[in-house]
Amino acid sequence: MSLTSTATEDRPEEGTTSTTGALVEFRGLRRAFGPTVALDGLDLTARPGELLALLGPSGCGKTTALRVLAGFEQPDSGEVLVDGEDITRVPANRRDAGMVFQSYSLFPHLNARDNVAFGLRVRKVSAAERRARAAELLDLVGLPEHGDRYPHQMSGGQQQRVALARALALRPRVLLLDEPLSALDAKVRLTLREEIRRLQLSLGITTIFVTHDQEEALSMADRVAVLNAGRLEQCAPPAELYERPATAFVAEFVGTMNRLAGRLTDGGQVEVAGVTLPVDGELPASREVEVLIRPENITATADPAGTATVVSASFFGSVTRVLLDLPGGGSVKSDVPSRDAGELVPGVRATVEPARRPVLVVPAPGSGA
Amino acid sequence: MAALTPTAAPAPGGTPRRARDPKAVRVRARRRPRVWRGAVLALAGLYFLVPLLSSFVFTVHTPGQGVSFAAYTGILSAEGFTRSLLLSLGLAAATILLALLLAVPALVGVRLGAPRLRPLVEIVCMLPLVVPPIALVTGVTTVLRWGPDHLSRTPLYQTFLAVQNESFPVVLVLAYTVLALPFVYRSLDAGLRAVDVPTLVEAARNCGASRLYVILRVILPNLRSSLAGASFLTLALVLGEYTIASLLGFRPFAVWIVSVSGAQARMSVAVSLLSLLITWALLLLLSRAGTRAASATPAPPAPSGTSASLTSPASGKE
Ligand SMILES: Nc1ncnc2c1ncn2[C@@H]1O[C@H](COP(=O)(O)OP(=O)(O)OP(=O)(O)O)[C@@H](O)[C@H]1O
Ligand SMILES: [Mg+2]
Repeated sequence: MSLTSTATEDRPEEGTTSTTGALVEFRGLRRAFGPTVALDGLDLTARPGELLALLGPSGCGKTTALRVLAGFEQPDSGEVLVDGEDITRVPANRRDAGMVFQSYSLFPHLNARDNVAFGLRVRKVSAAERRARAAELLDLVGLPEHGDRYPHQMSGGQQQRVALARALALRPRVLLLDEPLSALDAKVRLTLREEIRRLQLSLGITTIFVTHDQEEALSMADRVAVLNAGRLEQCAPPAELYERPATAFVAEFVGTMNRLAGRLTDGGQVEVAGVTLPVDGELPASREVEVLIRPENITATADPAGTATVVSASFFGSVTRVLLDLPGGGSVKSDVPSRDAGELVPGVRATVEPARRPVLVVPAPGSGA
Repeated sequence: MAALTPTAAPAPGGTPRRARDPKAVRVRARRRPRVWRGAVLALAGLYFLVPLLSSFVFTVHTPGQGVSFAAYTGILSAEGFTRSLLLSLGLAAATILLALLLAVPALVGVRLGAPRLRPLVEIVCMLPLVVPPIALVTGVTTVLRWGPDHLSRTPLYQTFLAVQNESFPVVLVLAYTVLALPFVYRSLDAGLRAVDVPTLVEAARNCGASRLYVILRVILPNLRSSLAGASFLTLALVLGEYTIASLLGFRPFAVWIVSVSGAQARMSVAVSLLSLLITWALLLLLSRAGTRAASATPAPPAPSGTSASLTSPASGKE
């Protein structure tokens, strides 16, 4: 709709501050707040024009990384490069990065149009041009009628759209989004998420999107960087992150994961739930291990002779997630196609079988490896 | 599933009882405040209006001679009226300017750069509340007397004289600024609390604004109503201040009223009534300016601190 058309018209006249994406590199970033280490040697690259999601548990340093890039935080060591140029010492107001904040950050004394045009006003762009550009941007974010509204007269979703327009007003080379959707309700989140993605693709702007919602990260991003305790765990396209997690942390943080007790065999394979599977990644030193298997890679079938017992079944549309108790203690989740799940009601006996594919293993918690 | 039933069961029986109770309470609660509100209003009205009306009657009515407005017409030609009123207004303007120039950068700076210093700034700003004006004036007098003796050979001597210039006593501005600081602080603090200053600053910096630009174009506009509140309180304070001015020997409006009252009783009452009207008119103007600014730029609702502290200078002023 209007989104794409305006965006394409927009591009030829862009001149020096082009919105075609920049290359962003974090190199060995370290930042400590007293005893808390927020960034602990973060290395990360965002390729030109891609949407990179920063995913991680609360307090892992996502916001800090973004704030370092925006110039609001100075790293203790390490550097930030944009298109190969070190910008670590450049003050925040001279960096070419538009940011949308987690909290509502519109200027309360300005209406939507003036909010969007704020940066242009700072740059002493003429009033007529400001008006035109603000109107164009409000159109771009789907709020052409809201130019005269003040922030307190708009919904949260509308405010974040205006904030997005404001961040794009100066045609930055990098767009930074710090959980812009976290204060919004589920439905608005979903539509806004799609809109941001569409906008980002049409402008071709390098975008770093912070979130702790894995679904959001996996569904929007070109690549997802999983952070843990100030370090990068893995940076990969969503499918790869899900299918081939590099570490146990990633495996468990992204998607749902079963941990099943298993035993390494002499051949470097692992024995779990009655089957022997190849191991993906490093072998731990101890023989007693825990095996990480996704619910969709476990089949459960109703079987009077089975050893597992169905505890509960939750319907998720096309699949039903069945929780089963295992004979040796512990439980396992299995995603069963809903049409096959009719017999798996609580109390029924069943057999459980992992799919024959390589699995990740971690040392068992009790084993003194 | 089964756990739901026991909790759900008592609900049907409980609902009507619960529904009846709040309604009854609400009706009673609604009627009682209305009665009380009326009574309190009437009492307060009497408390303010009776003295005002009696004063007014006293100024215009002389027993046996009928009604005359001579007391009022006499004021304008009375010696010192215009001069003292203008002096008070000048002092108020200078005090407002100085207090805001001191407090705004300090508070904004503390909020942005050194949140840990905030309690200190608060204590310093609130301190004048516990220092009685009489103590303040004693201190000031001592310094003013001591200064010229010891500094007579230095350029500071001239400063001491200039500060006490009869036509515009800067020393009063300094003293009033100290007195006004608590009210200015309260009002600004409430205004700053109502906006997320750090985020707004970062948003503005992100749009390319320099620090000065951020303060002038983002923070101050959002503080408009609390700036107006601070000015309002300071104006009220300065117009009514008597102790310090009179003890230091200056003649702003409040002192002039008292000096006039000794000579002509009727006129002095007329003058104080008039001064009341002038003060009200000025305050009304200021608060109109504040609310207009606030409605043109819909800032957050008027900071609660302003209205709460409104009473204090008024009662202190008498
Ligand atoms: N200004 C600060 N002063 C002190 N500690 C801070 C400051 N900013 C961040 N931290 C700490 O640094 C760590 C990382 O914070 P950061 O805000 O980057 O986390 P995050 O990944 O964005 O988390 P969330 O998902 O909850 O927003 C946290 O432990 C936090 O307490
Ligand atoms: Mg954060």
